[in-house]
Amino acid sequence: MIANYGYKDGSGEFYISIDTDKCTTCSEKGCLESCPGQIFEMMVDDWDDEVAAVKASERNKIKMTCAACKPTTGRPELLPCQAACKPRGITHSW
Amino acid sequence: MSENQQKEYWRWKEYNWKNPEIPDWKGGLVTAGVDVGSTSSQAVICVDGQLYAYASMRTGSDSPSSALNAINWAMEGTGLTLQDINFTVGTGYGRVNVPFANKAVTEIACHARGANFMYGPSVRTLLDMGGQDCKAIHCDDKGKVTSFLMNDKCAAGTGRGMEVFANLLAVSIEDVGDMSFNVETEPDPVSSTCVVFAKTEATGLLRAGWSKEKVLAAYCSAMASRVVSLLERNGMELDFAITGGIAKNPGVVKRIEKLLGVQALTPKYDTQIAGALGGALFAKALVEKSAKVAK
Amino acid sequence: MITVGVDSGNKNTKAVVLKDGKVIGKSLILTGFDANESATKAYELALKDAGVTAADVAAVASTGVGRVEVKFAKDNVTEVGSAARGAKFLMPNVNTVIDLGAEEGRAIKLNPDGKIADFAVNEKCAAGAGSFVESMSRALQTTVEEMGPLSMKYSKEVPMNAQCVVFAESEVVSLIHQQTAKEDIARAVHDGISNRVSSMVRRVGMVDDLGLIGGPARNIGLVQSLKDDLAKDITVPEDPDYVSALGAAIYATEIA
Ligand code: SF4
Ligand code: SF4
Repeated sequence: MIANYGYKDGSGEFYISIDTDKCTTCSEKGCLESCPGQIFEMMVDDWDDEVAAVKASERNKIKMTCAACKPTTGRPELLPCQAACKPRGITHSW
Repeated sequence: MSENQQKEYWRWKEYNWKNPEIPDWKGGLVTAGVDVGSTSSQAVICVDGQLYAYASMRTGSDSPSSALNAINWAMEGTGLTLQDINFTVGTGYGRVNVPFANKAVTEIACHARGANFMYGPSVRTLLDMGGQDCKAIHCDDKGKVTSFLMNDKCAAGTGRGMEVFANLLAVSIEDVGDMSFNVETEPDPVSSTCVVFAKTEATGLLRAGWSKEKVLAAYCSAMASRVVSLLERNGMELDFAITGGIAKNPGVVKRIEKLLGVQALTPKYDTQIAGALGGALFAKALVEKSAKVAK
Repeated sequence: MITVGVDSGNKNTKAVVLKDGKVIGKSLILTGFDANESATKAYELALKDAGVTAADVAAVASTGVGRVEVKFAKDNVTEVGSAARGAKFLMPNVNTVIDLGAEEGRAIKLNPDGKIADFAVNEKCAAGAGSFVESMSRALQTTVEEMGPLSMKYSKEVPMNAQCVVFAESEVVSLIHQQTAKEDIARAVHDGISNRVSSMVRRVGMVDDLGLIGGPARNIGLVQSLKDDLAKDITVPEDPDYVSALGAAIYATEIA
């Protein structure tokens, strides 16, 4: 399943997509530790798989939380969360 | 407070329904789904996986009593009591606060499951627009979610944004759709997405001599294009269906269909119960699964 | 040399008359339906305030959302350009400028020579702009002017979850119903918006010192929340609403 967490508001679209099929193959769960904003958590989804998700309390703030990782100039090719996710299951829409 | 009077403009109708084709629930597997949303709550009761009864009402100040009111109203005239229900799934925004539920399942999973029942297994893309959120769901032929996208941060593109507009123009929310077609030519969409700025824009348009109908047309079409962009991000595949409160607003629905160049499926039931219905079906599957394990 | 800068904003139109590096006149009026008409009025008022006539003016430059509509201006300068110039003029030490308007916000990083190094803009969502506080003050049944002093008297942090003006209004109403103190709600409102504003500052990369300009900078509660959020001191010039108009007047000296 592709889970898109985030929002679209007047200022743009801000979504973090997690390919949860990759989570079930992942042993390291690098997303949890790597994110300075600590926005990820593991949860058991409705089909009983343990997958990563963006915390409910963080979903509507990701544009702000991720700001520090996304400087206007000199943004790294892979964001910390993407680099730490070994199966490459995380993408950002902005 | 004058606020309460204003609210009457956009009050959704409340109702309950019982399936005349199922004379009695006795001897069947009775399961229930209760969807406690931020603005309205629904309860659905299924007998052996068939739709038996439902009720829909506005969510009150707390989730537990809203859930209880909804299920009591759905059970009205059926002779059912809470004890007769084998398994109940809570879903929606207040799903963890349904005191008599055996399990909580996300509204995304329940909606897909409910839509699969309501529209048949060919449905792939679902749009659900509720009072305070908007969801796009892509699912397989079993009603299992393959991708989803939610938006509950921004009031634009939710029922709430529409309510603010209906309020501003002092028209009833139920009339918005029909009124919005009462224009000679379709105006350009309102350019601001933000409800606050769109309100300012609308005030300016009214001052410039636009009719209420024309302003509503411009807002409905802005809402439609916004929703279409979300659908496209999540993956748009036919068949396509629209659920939730906004499904009752042809002003938005027809414009979405026009932008996508497709027709949404027409449901046999009230689309607002999709989540609760999915919950009741999930409940049935869970009962059957545990019966298998027990054997 | 006398120059004039006109800042045509969403809410207010401001004009500043600059004579040889000194402000000699200014004006602020509500922006009406016609941006050019409001600009003309503000211009005339500022000239009157300065005691000069249009014939004395070497050049007029405009800025703000309505800047291209100001027909009598010789040239216009972007909001970022005018904010940077005005802020550097009034606060020479400042290298990061936060400019808050009624409908938008921006963070600008300056090089030591005052040139713009980087900037981030937040627009088209009212939750990140000055009008957020205005809407919340209405929900609180008080005035924008009262929001600052109220917020300074807060005693408890209350969480505000809504990130949207419309949803936040309902949240404020339900906080009131729960008997939450107005002071605490005011603080929560300011914390909420400063959170959104400070993320822009983080995107450009904060360099000392920080300056805050724009009308909402008059709100001491908001300034305090921003200071706490960024853990930095923030300089606010005396007349924060006129800084961009001043910046445009400075720009006018460059093109005169
Ligand atoms: S970009 Fe940074 S803050 Fe955002 S999710 Fe990735 S690691 Fe976390
Ligand atoms: S764009 Fe407007 S309606 Fe949307 S979140 Fe921002 S303030 Fe709310």
